[in-house]
Amino acid sequence: MNILELTGVVFGGALLAGLIGSLTGLGGGLILTPLLTVVLGVDIHYAIGAALVSVIATSCGAASAYVKEGFSNIRLGMFMEVATTTGALIGASLALRVSTAAIAELFGAVLLYSAAASLWPRAKSAATESADAAAMSLELDSGYPTATGIASYHVHHVLGGTGVMLGAGMLSGLLGIGSGAFKVIAFDKVMRVPFKVSTTTSNFMIGVTAAASVGLYLQRGYIDPGLGMPVVLGVLCGSFLGARMLPGMKTSLLRHVFAIVIVVLAIEMILHGLKGTV
Amino acid sequence: MRHFQTILSDRRLEAIIGNLLRAGVVIAATIMSIGGVIYLAHSGESLAHYRVFQGEPADLRHVKAVLSDASSGHGPGIMQLGLLLLIATPVARVAFSLAAFAVQRDRLYVVVTLVVLGVLTFSLAGGQL
Repeated sequence: MNILELTGVVFGGALLAGLIGSLTGLGGGLILTPLLTVVLGVDIHYAIGAALVSVIATSCGAASAYVKEGFSNIRLGMFMEVATTTGALIGASLALRVSTAAIAELFGAVLLYSAAASLWPRAKSAATESADAAAMSLELDSGYPTATGIASYHVHHVLGGTGVMLGAGMLSGLLGIGSGAFKVIAFDKVMRVPFKVSTTTSNFMIGVTAAASVGLYLQRGYIDPGLGMPVVLGVLCGSFLGARMLPGMKTSLLRHVFAIVIVVLAIEMILHGLKGTV
Repeated sequence: MRHFQTILSDRRLEAIIGNLLRAGVVIAATIMSIGGVIYLAHSGESLAHYRVFQGEPADLRHVKAVLSDASSGHGPGIMQLGLLLLIATPVARVAFSLAAFAVQRDRLYVVVTLVVLGVLTFSLAGGQL
């Protein structure tokens, strides 16, 4: 395959990843790396580098739409970014030391988990009356606009949430994913932040988390412009199209189909890891 | 529960940040596209070499080297400059939040934001744990 053809194929794949990512709420980075490695045979280091940059692109692109709605909690996001960026730095350092086979196997496991998580019904956050002392002193409690005025909410279990965020950051740096699914768990299940606030704040943080690990990848020569260009432009076009199609679309069938695709990619990824052909 | 006034000024802050992020992405994507056209016109016919990891040449690994490569009109250098701008966008977001917290005289969050900025600078300057 010559460069022109490869660029076209990568652009097409990235466009699809961005489109499906924005329609289903699963990150584009999650399917980009398996697409590049398993389907196109690109070395996993290059793939992770390109996926990291695409994660920044989608996060910044989507954040500009989200923040206008005023749901994200800037202080909560910033405080948690201390944990995610530190985790990302640890994860990226690890990625430079462990074998590519181990990375592929872990990636497969994370894919399987994400496929399952995308199909679970989202639990409604319980009503939040009591306040957490740590959240109070950190000024994390806030409110978000509704039709009837500003609804206030409390943030719970700050310490536990910070721990999950550290783990999410590590996965992000190690695998080149946004790990939005894990960030939302920390907000939703552990800290019991309202749904709208948790998804937008998490999306807000993803780009900063990815930027924290991308530095190491860049210095090690893992960021290739020839691959990064079609990946970033493709993912951006795809998520832009997705955002336009989203209103009024039934995404539940799409989510199920996509979950199956992810499971297949996950198994391929794990098999490649076990056979040592990554 | 924070005062409504703070929430309102936070919302204004968020709107500015949203525009900042979008501008960063649009500029980065434009530069990347220009570099891409030059790159494909020059070496579109060559064979792709992504199956084995070789690592990028030194002039695509560091900010200064990328700048000089891009200014000489090389496709890969210009594309890499676009990628660097994209990476800089969330960093600029954090720096902007720092200024905003300082204006609000929120000392706690000035410190929190400084820590995040410190981790980012450490990583982008090539630090490793």
